[in-house]
Order: sequence, then C-alpha cells, then structure tokens
Amino acid sequence: MKSLQQETVAGTKSDEIDLIAGTSLWHDAWKRLRKNNMALSSGVIMVCLGVACLCGPALLGIMWGYDAHTQNLAYGPQPPSLQHPFGTDFYGRDLLVRVLTGARVSLSVGVLAALVAASIGTIYGAVSSYNGGLVDSFMMRIVDILYALPYMFLVIILVTILGKSLLLLFLALGAVGWLLTARVVRGQVMSLKEQDFILAARSLGTTSRGIIFRHLIPNTLGPVIVTFTLTVPSMILQEAFLSFLGLGVQPPQPSLGSLINDGANQMLVFWWTLVFPGGIMAIMLFALNFLGDGIRDALDPRMKI
Amino acid sequence: MNTTGKPDTPLLDVSDLAVEFRVPSRGSVFSEDSKDIKAVDGVSFSMARGETLGLVGESGCGKSTTGRAVLQLVRPTRGHVVFDEEPIHEFWRKKGQKWVWDHRLLDLRRRMQMIFQDPFASLNPRMTVETILSEPLRNFDVVQGTQRREKIQHLLMTVGMDPRCMRRYPHEFSGGQRQRIGIARALALGPDFIVADEPISALDVSIQAQIMNLLSELREKLGLTLLFIAHDLAAIRHVSDRIAVMYLGRIVELADAQTIVDRPQHPYTQALLSAVPIPDPTREQSRQRTVLSGEMPSPINPPSGCPFHTRCPFSEDRCRTEVPRMRTIDTGHQVACHLVE
Repeated sequence: MKSLQQETVAGTKSDEIDLIAGTSLWHDAWKRLRKNNMALSSGVIMVCLGVACLCGPALLGIMWGYDAHTQNLAYGPQPPSLQHPFGTDFYGRDLLVRVLTGARVSLSVGVLAALVAASIGTIYGAVSSYNGGLVDSFMMRIVDILYALPYMFLVIILVTILGKSLLLLFLALGAVGWLLTARVVRGQVMSLKEQDFILAARSLGTTSRGIIFRHLIPNTLGPVIVTFTLTVPSMILQEAFLSFLGLGVQPPQPSLGSLINDGANQMLVFWWTLVFPGGIMAIMLFALNFLGDGIRDALDPRMKI
Repeated sequence: MNTTGKPDTPLLDVSDLAVEFRVPSRGSVFSEDSKDIKAVDGVSFSMARGETLGLVGESGCGKSTTGRAVLQLVRPTRGHVVFDEEPIHEFWRKKGQKWVWDHRLLDLRRRMQMIFQDPFASLNPRMTVETILSEPLRNFDVVQGTQRREKIQHLLMTVGMDPRCMRRYPHEFSGGQRQRIGIARALALGPDFIVADEPISALDVSIQAQIMNLLSELREKLGLTLLFIAHDLAAIRHVSDRIAVMYLGRIVELADAQTIVDRPQHPYTQALLSAVPIPDPTREQSRQRTVLSGEMPSPINPPSGCPFHTRCPFSEDRCRTEVPRMRTIDTGHQVACHLVE
C-alpha cells in the first residue's frame, strides 16, 4: 500500500521548496489496523506461518534430513516426540515437514487463486459498470449464469475430462472466485461513476481507459482488498475440500486437504495424523478471517482513529 | 487569453437548447415503457467575450443541466451551441450505441472548463493535489517534467494556496481550500470559458465571499468568460454583468444585473427577489413580499401553457393554454410573460 502512495510522486525529485507530506487514506487505514489487536496478532501469525512454510521444509531437510516424500516404513507411524514434533505418518515420513509443505501448497493455491479472481473480477466489474446499458446487462448475465452452475459438478467434470493437475485446480477455483469480486466492483463503480470527479476528469479530456484505471479502480480497491482477504481462506477451504475428495492435489504431493483425508482414515489409532494438519488449517483460516475483518474495518472511512 | 476569433462576435451562442432524459416509468424487463424528462426546454442566450452571465433558478429547474449541455458534457437533444463560431453540438459521433465526442470536441476541452458545486465530490480522494492538477496537463501534454511541477505550483499560487501542499490529499483540506483546488484544476489548461456550477453553495457563508472574490479576481486577470450558475440572486448579482432567470427548463427573464434587481418584470423574478432579505430590520419588516406557494411542477409532466401558471399570483386563462414567447421589452431586457406589455 505504501508503494501506491509513492508511485504518484515517482519521477519528481530535488525540490527547491519543502513539501508538506500528506497522509493518504491508506495511511489512515493502516493506523486503524494497528489499533486492532485481533487483526494485528492474526497478521503476525500469518507472517510466521508463511515464513515457516517457505523456509521450514528446506531447513528441516538440511538439519535432520527430513523430506516430505521419502518413505521409510521402518519408522512406521510414530507419535509426537522430540525428534518428530508432529510424529510420523504411516509411511514413516516426518509429519511436520509434510504439514508445512502442504500448508505452502494450500496457501499458494489460496493466494494465487484469490489474486487471479480479484484481478479478473475488478476489471470485469469496472468495465461492465462503466459502459452500462446493454453491455452491462450482457456481461452481468454471464456472471449470473456462471453463478448458477453447480461448480463442484463443473470441477468434477473438468477433472475427469482433462485429468488432475494443480493448474486445473487454479483455473476451476479462479473461475468461480472472480464472480463475487466482479459484483462488488460493479456496485461500487455504479455509484462512483455518477460522482463529480468522474465528470471533472471527462471534462479535462481524460479517456475512458484513464477514467477506469486511474479514477474508478483505485477507488474500489478498498472493498476489493477486503473481498480478496476473505476469498483467500475460502479458496484454501475449497482446495482442501477438493483434495479431500481426491480431486485436487495428488499424492505424494501433500496439501492440507489430502493430509486431513489421510489422517481422517486412521484417526482412531494415529490421532496425530489428523490433529496437526487440521489444527494448522484451523489456525490459518481463523487468522485470515480475522485479518480480513480487521482490514474491512480499517478501510471504513467512518471509523475514526 | 483568447486570441482567435473576432472580438465583436459572441464567444458563445446558444439557441433553442433542449436536453431530455429518458427515464423508465415502470420497472419491467419486458416493457420498454419510458418517459422523457425535459430538463432543459428551449433555452437561448449568447455571451460576449469576457462577460459574466448569471443563471439563477431553484433546484431542479435545469440550470446545471444547461451548463453541462453548453459544455457538451451531456448531449443536447435539440438546439445549437456555437462556441467561437464553431457549432460544437455537432462534434459528436456515434460509437456503437453511445454518442461520444470527436477529436474536435476533445480539443476544445482546453478552452472550456467547469467548476463544480460540491468540492468534496469533485476531487478524487485517492489522488494528491499534484496528481489531480497534473491530470489535465498530462492529457494534453502541455508541459513535462520539472516544468509541469512548476506549472502546478504556479496554479496553486494563482488560487491563493500554499504550493507546498501539493503532496497532500483532498481530505486534508477544508471545503474552501478544496474549492480552490477545483478552480486551479479548471484553470490548468488556460481556458477562456468557464461554467461555474454553484461554486459557493456548498461552502460556509464566511468562505463564500472569499471564493466569490477569488473568482472575480481571476476573471479580471485572465479575461475569462464566465457562466455563473446559482440558486440565489443575492450571491451573483454583484459579479454578473447579466442575469438569466430559469424556471422549469426555460429562461423566463434575461437582462443586465441592475435591471433584474431594480425592475424585475416576470412574476417569478419578483418572487425570487423578494426572497432576498434586506439587511435592515425596519425595512425588512415593512416591505411587501411575494411568497410563492406550492412546489415546482415535475418536468416529467409539465403544465400546459406558461410553465409558471400553477404558482403565479397573477395567472389568467390565457396563461393556462398559451406558451408565452420570449419578447424584448427594452434594450437587452427579455421576458417570457403574457402580462408584461
């Protein structure tokens, strides 16, 4: 968000006069977010989890030689111990490495799918609403049709026809995720485009493209960011659901969904194979949701600092 | 400022201007049942170079729409708008279903600009003052780099703002300061014609005078031709050379400012004038006031005959059937009323 602020002043250096720095609305939002303990600690948890997912598996590999794929049946399923804090799974693989690797897959699927969804949705919604009239009706009917399709069937059919792959998972999740963003942005633009600053921009000779990208979209970014942060956990959940059904990430590649699936099969005997992946997933979803709520509150201009 | 064109021809000539909006009267997907609102219905006036014309009327009478139609920010459904001998109402082309400006109209943006009513809605909240002011300069590639920045500082000083504020955001300024930024933006391209759409009605009374003074100062200094829209006669009679009074999409009286104030002929103008308080309690109490009853009729369903007959204290049978024409009763004094001889 800082970079947004800096971008506008890029290319202008060496002042002969002292400029009074302004505080942007993003800056105010950040101040409000910092006051929100719940959101802030969720943010810290997410950063820690993210770092652990990124570096953890490699670190554990170097220090103890654990990796997520090599099986060693002699180590069987072991309960948690100092050597294996999360225990090992049925094939003797260290569960901590597998959970971290799985969480990495889940997080990246969630973030990437949400990013794809947010970009498509924002541009689609803004263009549809800015043009209005028949174009708008046509574009929004497409959204309605896609919304009406039971997307699980769609994914299952796609997977059976095209085979199982991570790319397909992205596509399937992203194809559904952008609909909500498109509707949110459309609604925002509907009210924004009637405002005087849009008319002012037009009368100053700004092109439609400039109006959409310089005026309308930056003003919808607040709700888009909120939708984005709340889409990430739902994407993770859906990925886990698909993997649980065996349609998503395929073994031996771990993901939180497939780990939970494995754990659920043997939970009465080897409880740790369910509790740890499930726990990490729950923490992740809670943190992301609290963060999303915090950002929504922070971006609400009616909330004073 | 302006060097093109002959000085004796009017800068702007508007004749029989009309703007209609189509509104769906019943919300149904299947029936295309819609009605036309005649927001502006046959407005004619012309403006000399350097002149200030005040356009007065109550809310909903179509004065803002007139201003926007003159600037071609909305497409007139009828009538001619000739700006510096160019018929700018023809500078549109059809793109798919919509009408858009052609390049000639886009070029004219350099010469005609607008100042908006609400300084809180007319500035993009996500942009710094610098970005707001550099937008027109960038659109027309007027100046680049350091020069652009100097130009922005110069613009800010012209409207009486501290040029050091250019990195700040609109929400960090007061209403009056924001209106100054809006004025600076309108001046950025060096226009010779500006429509000021109620530039002071959203401001505190104490700030109103400052902005008024700034506008008349700029008009003198830059030789601007100003179409000044207001709902309040008191505000504009001191800055306007001539005043046009609008009612329900039509001009009902047009004369120079002094004549309108001293010898108003149309009953509506008289009523508007009597709404202006006199700053003297004894005279204020003793004077005769014309108080209008009722509301302005809806432009969807305008009354027959004279649009004002539903509220006019002097209306006759003839007013209900026959639309009064604009007649010249004195040099430069035009009235649309059957009763004025």
